[in-house]
Amino acid sequence: MDKWDKPLTKNIRSERAFATLTDYRKTGGYQGMRKAITELRPKEVQQWVKDAGLRGRGGAGFSTGLKWSLVPMGYNGATDAHQTRYLVANADEMEPGAFKDRLLLEQDPHQLLEGMIIAAYAIQANIAYIFMRGEYHLAAKRVENALQEARTEGYLGKHILQSDFNLEIYLHTSAGRYICGEETALINALEGKRANPRAKPPFTVVSGLWGKPTVVNNVETLCNVPHILQNGVEWYRGLGRGSDTGTKLFGASGRLKYPGLWELPMGTPIREIIEEHAGGMRDGYKLRGLLPGGASTGFLLPEHLDVLMDYDAVAKAGSRLGTGTMIILDDKTCPVRMLLNIEEFFAQESCGWCTPCRDGLPWTVTLLRDIIAGRGRIEDLDTLAGLTRMLGPGNTFCALAPGAMEPLQGALKFFREDFEQYIPGKLAAGGED
Amino acid sequence: MVTIEIDGVYYQVKTETSLLSACLALGLDLPYFCWHPALGSVGACRQCAVIQYHNAEDKQGRLVMACMTPVADGMRVSIDADQAKQFRAENIELLMINHPHDCPVCEEGGECHLQDMTVMTGHTVRRYRGRKRTHKNQYLGPFINHEMNRCIACYRCVRFYNDYAGGSDLQTLGINNNVYFGRFKDGALENEFSGNLVEVCPTGVFTDKTFSDHYARKWDLQTAPSVCVHCSLGCNIAPGERYSELRRVINRYNGEVNGYFLCDRGRFGYGFVNSPERILKPVIKGQTEITTEAADHHFRELLKSDRPVIGIGSPRASLEANFALRTLVGEENFFPGLDPTEHVLLEAINGILRSGGIHSPSLREVEQADAVLILGEDVTNSAPRLALSLRQAVRNAAFELAGTLHIPSWQDAAVRNLGKQLRSPLFIAGVCSTRLDDVAARSYWGSPDDIARLGFAIAYHLDNQAPEPGDLTDADHALAAMIADNLRSAKRPLVVSGTSCASLAVIQAAFNVAKALPSKDRQLTFTVPESNSMGLAIIGGRRLQQAFEWVHEGLSDTVVILENDLYRRAQEQEVDAFLQAAAHVLVIDCLDNKTTQQAELLLPAATFAESEGTLVSNEGRAQRYFPVYPPPENVRGSWQWLSAAAEGSKWRHCDALTSACAETFADLEAITRAAPDANFRINGMKIPRQPHRYSGRTAMLANINVSEPQQPLDPETPFAFSMEGATANVLSALEPVIWAPGWNSNQSINKFQDDIGGHLQGGDYGVRLFEAAGSGDWFNNIPQAFKPDQGIWHLVLLQHIFGSEELSLRSPPLAERALAPCAMLNPEDAGTLAVISGDLVEIKSLNGKTMVSLPVRIEPSLPAGLLGITAGLPETLQVNKLDRVTLKKTGHTTGEQS
Repeated sequence: MDKWDKPLTKNIRSERAFATLTDYRKTGGYQGMRKAITELRPKEVQQWVKDAGLRGRGGAGFSTGLKWSLVPMGYNGATDAHQTRYLVANADEMEPGAFKDRLLLEQDPHQLLEGMIIAAYAIQANIAYIFMRGEYHLAAKRVENALQEARTEGYLGKHILQSDFNLEIYLHTSAGRYICGEETALINALEGKRANPRAKPPFTVVSGLWGKPTVVNNVETLCNVPHILQNGVEWYRGLGRGSDTGTKLFGASGRLKYPGLWELPMGTPIREIIEEHAGGMRDGYKLRGLLPGGASTGFLLPEHLDVLMDYDAVAKAGSRLGTGTMIILDDKTCPVRMLLNIEEFFAQESCGWCTPCRDGLPWTVTLLRDIIAGRGRIEDLDTLAGLTRMLGPGNTFCALAPGAMEPLQGALKFFREDFEQYIPGKLAAGGED
Repeated sequence: MVTIEIDGVYYQVKTETSLLSACLALGLDLPYFCWHPALGSVGACRQCAVIQYHNAEDKQGRLVMACMTPVADGMRVSIDADQAKQFRAENIELLMINHPHDCPVCEEGGECHLQDMTVMTGHTVRRYRGRKRTHKNQYLGPFINHEMNRCIACYRCVRFYNDYAGGSDLQTLGINNNVYFGRFKDGALENEFSGNLVEVCPTGVFTDKTFSDHYARKWDLQTAPSVCVHCSLGCNIAPGERYSELRRVINRYNGEVNGYFLCDRGRFGYGFVNSPERILKPVIKGQTEITTEAADHHFRELLKSDRPVIGIGSPRASLEANFALRTLVGEENFFPGLDPTEHVLLEAINGILRSGGIHSPSLREVEQADAVLILGEDVTNSAPRLALSLRQAVRNAAFELAGTLHIPSWQDAAVRNLGKQLRSPLFIAGVCSTRLDDVAARSYWGSPDDIARLGFAIAYHLDNQAPEPGDLTDADHALAAMIADNLRSAKRPLVVSGTSCASLAVIQAAFNVAKALPSKDRQLTFTVPESNSMGLAIIGGRRLQQAFEWVHEGLSDTVVILENDLYRRAQEQEVDAFLQAAAHVLVIDCLDNKTTQQAELLLPAATFAESEGTLVSNEGRAQRYFPVYPPPENVRGSWQWLSAAAEGSKWRHCDALTSACAETFADLEAITRAAPDANFRINGMKIPRQPHRYSGRTAMLANINVSEPQQPLDPETPFAFSMEGATANVLSALEPVIWAPGWNSNQSINKFQDDIGGHLQGGDYGVRLFEAAGSGDWFNNIPQAFKPDQGIWHLVLLQHIFGSEELSLRSPPLAERALAPCAMLNPEDAGTLAVISGDLVEIKSLNGKTMVSLPVRIEPSLPAGLLGITAGLPETLQVNKLDRVTLKKTGHTTGEQS
């Protein structure tokens, strides 16, 4: 047994396909919901989650309890009971390198449902949606099945636990685009529109799905909630190792001995994840850099191995915690080609709404291809650096392009010689793909 | 007002506006693409970036999009900061990556917002070396070209077409830099306002196909302020001419009327001016062409008749021409030349507007209505631009909700996302479904009599003083009560009606509803058939049938017909008999038609593009149109023919006629102020019709004669057929061409308004003739409920935007979009007759005469017992005047079988 609690994955066992309702209840499942609905008022639930320090696990790291508290509980003279509000679980996991929500959805679907019931209760939403990545067929099947079980058990529907609280949850599988993971684009997609992001303000908590106050939470975020209610704020705060609380699913992919996914305390050092849990680099490979939170986060270097994986520490080191699923760059992979792969993804996934992203990302790809094909010019590196600024935060409509630029920005700084060696006049020496 | 600091200068700006709008209103140059004054902000193109400083100490600032930033007191921003300038230049570089740079062969060139903005940002050298993305273009019908490679993905086209105009067949397709703006498959754009894409698109993706056929650069077009002649709304237009050919029509901004947009009939209906069917020479029957002098002489001889000369005016002729005719033949002998029903309806409408005590709104005011009842009118087809305004009016509920959440109304996407289906109530009572049904709270379909009854019932529910229709069903009572409740609680309720139903009861019911409304800001508007129907209603005159009688009774034998095809006004045999009985028939008109063919003396009239005159719109707004170019030799404005015929005429000039007309009719007193007279000068100069960049004037006729001819003189207007003249201090409303330094596109209109989207500096065009006065009595004449007669159908005329109006139908691109004549029937009636869609039915008058055979079209919304016929189509004119008909199946067509 590990020396820390693993509330999120405690029901996930290799000996069984997934946790059934019985399995889930056996370890205290739906007790958090019972506590919230029968003992606490919605505002108190919000306060608990706020006090627990739970931050959004989708990447932005916004305080979940605070987000809930921003939902207007009756405005414009309308009484609370007449105000429609929505909860949406963001299960559109598409960040390259991320596969954490998939595990939770496939292996323990009731955990998500309980989290959603509590969250919906906290914001008094009577309708909730799970917006799931279309390719997650197995997860969709298991969640749909769990929803049926929850309805049968009376966890969903009218008068849940004999209270006044009603809730129905609908599963919606996405037609599939990376941008659907952006909460406002997700809402547009859910409404049947093009998945373009919306401008903020107004924030979704004021005007979201169908123009109503809406909270969008990541799957992993919601999965934390039952445990906070069940075990208490203090317990939860005690789980973290750094400045952040709770546990987190951390992943690592690349040329590691044991790439994988682990539930670890917030603030676990990067070195520990790579060396202890992933078994270190594969023989013959050296660590050259890593993207700590998926493809849209900036490079960290071997010198950053002791950085704690929490929101503030990774930010201080110059990157973002993101989804907490790191991608490793080894010494035999060409960073330029890695970047091309990444940028091709983002250029393809740009929704086409704002100019810098729509036209800047394809140009980035063109430049990278030219460079790799030996058609590059030395000033192209300045153009690329210029694009990383041009497509930076605040300049584009949403965070897609700035995210796409984060790894490129670091690569140009840290691996400039790898770019330069493709430029005619220098020795062309591409590494292993 | 709030004070903001832009680049160190303090400005007072309006609150509740975006920073971009504020900057443009101040006359500052800040480039933009996705923003449009009528479409609001969405923040897509990122072109209007400026630096906003946190406070007085902040030196760094942060980049913000001006279109998405509300102005706030004490705000400090910079347009000129290097960081902002660089961002804007690089943003243009990005969106020009795939642009083909084909300006020399692009029809947008010279009036291209993308060109202007590119120059403005200073982006000159492209660094991109890759291949350009290319698209396939689509066939979009006879109006619009599609050249997608030029697209910079500003999204304005779909935002206008779908969000603003309610279209659905132009979509954003694809993703990333492969986004595509087009239809699911090739085909004519279905929306009635598609032509605005030409002006909404900031570059050359959507261009005017009718213009392509005889293209000229904007700077080579001669233009004068003009008014659309294709319906009664009086939208302001800017027609452009070169080589004595009318090349195109574009929108001319009027803050009270059409704003930024025209309908497709108005924009593409100009082709009749260039028609091969134009009458270009005076003709005496049997003598072929004659000189104008001979024509004048002949005209004068005809007038010497010892009996009264009948003068038949026209609702598509100017006030001046109608007045000249009326004066020439004498007030007693003047006939407006209207269909008898229409005559009655116009008199009723004129009476209500003049003394009903209810405000007749401009289109801007229509857009502010928060509850609307349409009674018996399919405005999308009868007065299309009004439908576009009503589409905006229904958004007021969403704007109000947005206000409570502090979401500014110019945050277009945010308001739409919030409002969703929330709409200010619009109720439509018509004979069958209309294009506005999608935004209506409730649509009711009934016979004209039932529509009127519903209106009377609503009025009764609003005010028990109003007469109550008898025998209303419970359902009708409930509907009327529900509509009344909605209208009662509105702050600015609006009732829309008109002449399309050919029902006096409908018009009277509309008045009763408006009168019963408690709000002091209630409004009532009527659409009328033609561009000067209102003006003619004010002038008044005798019934057309009386003219027929006079001739048959020998009281008169000479008829002067002004711009009027009588076959559109009365039964064919009546007109035939009339024209044959009259010894002398003189016709003044511009296009060949059945009436002109029977003229003893036919005088070629100039069109709106070649002459001047005043029209009165349905609102009661008098507006002057000016000749864009001189008429062809031997062609004159109608008023000139009439003036020449009057011995010792004091109307040497049009202005004299305008003044005389104003003096004669109290209601027209203000028309002299509709526009300046011919003596108007700015610093001693006339206003040039040709832009200062007009090219080739010395050479354009050199293939005929190397001596440059003198420019034609224009003694009638303040405008010159020239490049020379006053260019500064011209009133915005009189600017022939909208242009400002650095702003070659129509977006330069920002420089001519008192506020963005507001009124033109110095006032909008035209003059309102009257304001609400008096308080009319209730109308009590309530018709009986409609009951279908066995074997007899009541004919209802259905307006169609392309086809129902006489002149535009003579324009080939519009004729291509006109509906094929058909007999519209309720499915139940079709069942009774055992016909399916496409089968031929014979339409017979009640006395058994077969009028025409038409293919059946099934229209489920059309009530049983009614036969719908598209109004105005030449093929069905002979049945248009019938009230009730019988139908008989005669066969199958090979046509549509659905």
